[in-house]
Amino acid sequence: MSQGCRSLRIVASRSRAAVRSYASLATPATRKLNVPIDFGKTPLLHHSSKTIPQTPELPQGGSTTRLNLCQAVNEGLRTALREDNKVLCFGEDVAFGGVFRCTVNLQSEFGPDRVFNTPITEQGIVGAAIGMAAEGAKPVVEIQFADYVFPAFDQIVNEASKFRYREGSTGANLAGMVIRMPCGGVGHGALYHTQSPESLFCHVPGFKVVVPRSPSQAKGLLLSAILESKDPVIFMEPKILYRAAVEEVPDELYTLPLCKAEVLKPGADLTIISYGRPLYNCLAAIEAAEKTAPGTSIELIDLRTIYPWDRETILNSVRKTGRAIVVHESMVNYGVGSEIAATIQEQALLSLEAPVKRLGGFTTHTGLAWEKFIFPDITSEFAVPTSICDFGF
Amino acid sequence: MKSRAVLRPLAASCRYKHGVLLRRSGIRWASDTWSAGPAQKAGSDSVHFPGALKSKFTSTMRFQNPAEENAMPTYRIMDADGNIVDTTRDPQSASDDEIIQWYRTMLTVSIMDLIAFEAQRQGRFSFYMVSAGEEGIAVGSASALTPEDVCFLQYREQGVLLHRGFTLKEMMSQLFSNKDDNGKGRNMPVHYGSGKHNVHTISSPLATQIPQAAGAAYALKMQRLLNPNVPPRIVACYFGEGAASEGDFHAALNIAATKSCPIVFVCRNNGFAISTASIEQYKGDGIASRGLGYGIDTIRVDGNDIFAVRAVMLEARKRALEGDCKPILVEAMSYRVSHHSTSDDSFAYRAKREVEEWKRRDNPITRLRKWMEKKGIWDEDKEKEARASIRKEVLREFSAAEKVKKPPVRAMFEDVYEELTPETRAHMKELKRIIEKYPKEYSGISEYEGGLKSLEE
Repeated sequence: MSQGCRSLRIVASRSRAAVRSYASLATPATRKLNVPIDFGKTPLLHHSSKTIPQTPELPQGGSTTRLNLCQAVNEGLRTALREDNKVLCFGEDVAFGGVFRCTVNLQSEFGPDRVFNTPITEQGIVGAAIGMAAEGAKPVVEIQFADYVFPAFDQIVNEASKFRYREGSTGANLAGMVIRMPCGGVGHGALYHTQSPESLFCHVPGFKVVVPRSPSQAKGLLLSAILESKDPVIFMEPKILYRAAVEEVPDELYTLPLCKAEVLKPGADLTIISYGRPLYNCLAAIEAAEKTAPGTSIELIDLRTIYPWDRETILNSVRKTGRAIVVHESMVNYGVGSEIAATIQEQALLSLEAPVKRLGGFTTHTGLAWEKFIFPDITSEFAVPTSICDFGF
Repeated sequence: MKSRAVLRPLAASCRYKHGVLLRRSGIRWASDTWSAGPAQKAGSDSVHFPGALKSKFTSTMRFQNPAEENAMPTYRIMDADGNIVDTTRDPQSASDDEIIQWYRTMLTVSIMDLIAFEAQRQGRFSFYMVSAGEEGIAVGSASALTPEDVCFLQYREQGVLLHRGFTLKEMMSQLFSNKDDNGKGRNMPVHYGSGKHNVHTISSPLATQIPQAAGAAYALKMQRLLNPNVPPRIVACYFGEGAASEGDFHAALNIAATKSCPIVFVCRNNGFAISTASIEQYKGDGIASRGLGYGIDTIRVDGNDIFAVRAVMLEARKRALEGDCKPILVEAMSYRVSHHSTSDDSFAYRAKREVEEWKRRDNPITRLRKWMEKKGIWDEDKEKEARASIRKEVLREFSAAEKVKKPPVRAMFEDVYEELTPETRAHMKELKRIIEKYPKEYSGISEYEGGLKSLEE
């Protein structure tokens, strides 16, 4: 990794305030759809502990704390480190708290033997984690940006993914190994601070690939990945939500199930399947679409685990609604949507009333000046369901 | 002037609170961020640049040229004729019986190599790689390890496995990928592994095991930190000089040094990476010269001298576990007498004469044999008996393994994840349906344990 990239990373971390101002640029009054998400009001977050019963998977009745996504990741890591001595936390710049503050105060609590910096070497970080997990530790490592995971691709694809399989009856496996990485657009990340490479990981079996959408989800899924999963986990954190998404998070140790989707909003006419950041846009687009065409109702599903994914929940939903769109920020070509769309068409064809649609990032690189056009936005997420709901009526 | 005082405390500086390991407050840790170093004093002969703490100023501009440095010497205890040259130490550090056992293990590797190479040529299994010329590195280094030490191998270290108790049956099962194979028939031949013997399964991608080994060593250190009753263990990590050109070598040595991992890196420098001679592999003084650059204690040893390899490895293991632990690099020099693999004809890139010369001139097996004969613990009769009995045993296990069934077809789908995914279950069902519909096209199914039945839910 060149020094240039490294300084860019620091710039990215120091410009958090800028991230927010980019996201809240004054919106011309003419816009009805592409207005900024009001994270303080979106029903996808628990703004008060009173709404927690709406997510029955979360612990009920206990104390909660208002946390943003990076604080929730931090809380998840702290809980895991407290719970199990075998948990180790390391990566580039993790010791002082991480460039996104996800590991803040962990070294002071657990010491530099369990929370530490590594040299700048992604292949080394993942390689070392594999060896640690093979000897029974639970390494939770950080790749500073998903864009920089590629030097570790060999270790991920050829080594970690195949580890249990090739060890056969020797019994060694990588349970407890988690690779965390901030992913997705931030408004100004350009080529190397915006990528979402989840579909690349899904093409090789062996890892569970998880993308949380909210603080309470991040904590529960992360704890599940570290403490319960028998398989290694790639945990992709949408960095634009680190500070934007704030909600009440239960204080106690809890886990959320991996490989299980969550139905966020029931509906009868169309299923939208998404994960991570686009879910907020999807909900806004759904509200607009349902207002435009009264009487239609759209179901929204959060995939949560991208692979192995919850086929049953998605297929059941599509069998009910007859229409589906898969939405993600990463490129549409060979993306997660392609796999889901093909599976739906193979296994729920007779229920379909319209072609399954994929809505992803355009097939290009994330040029700095055009980021807002490249990723799906509320308008595109409004336009596509509207046209699909028109289909066949 | 105060230097950057860093403590490298291990067990003593940690305490438990509610069963959790916590750091002790007020102690400066090795990995603490460098902060507020001492101010530069006027007239000092050195400067505290954070990047090189002990560097002195000089007014002589001199580029350090590796060509002007002497190559790192190669340590040996006995010469090519089996005579002891380092008389300062007892070369044995082991009983006669143990040494004879090492010799028999080297012979076993060498005899198995001939049989297996020939068997591959006859198409009995798909692939093989021999260890000829490097038996001494494997057996000598393994003899210095405890059975609890963890090994990561590249693929040319059959001697390590046999020395640790990996049986010929296990080896042959792996080569034939039958149902007794520890790897469940999933890996190419020679990709051995054994949980029982603390040897992780070999994988083909070169050098990937090196950072993994560093991480494993860190985990062993942590196990002891959490429970001082755990016996001290190291990781031994083997690789060739060609693999050392991979980025993973760099990553591993740097991480092992910065995180003080108890690991011994053993580089087998045999002069060739397939067809690429070492002159095309690097320009520096072998692999050993790099160790110093990473701040790693390093030694070069004569890999054909089993006593030297063992002595170096014993000392390396001891040093790796001292204090806060640290990595050690051992470069063991040898010559790859054999072809790279059964898919390679090495005479396409090197003279047959050169290889014959090496075979005749120096070889770890004949060198130890000469020493044993001089000592009067070995002779021609014992040699003949050993060769005959080993050959018989190898052939017996070979024939037995060839007759054993393949693993169940189901094992093809298992262990990708801990549990079969719904998608994989659907694949199993589909495969079963196709085979049932076209049984004649899949008549070989009966060679797999359980036949088609293993695909049932």
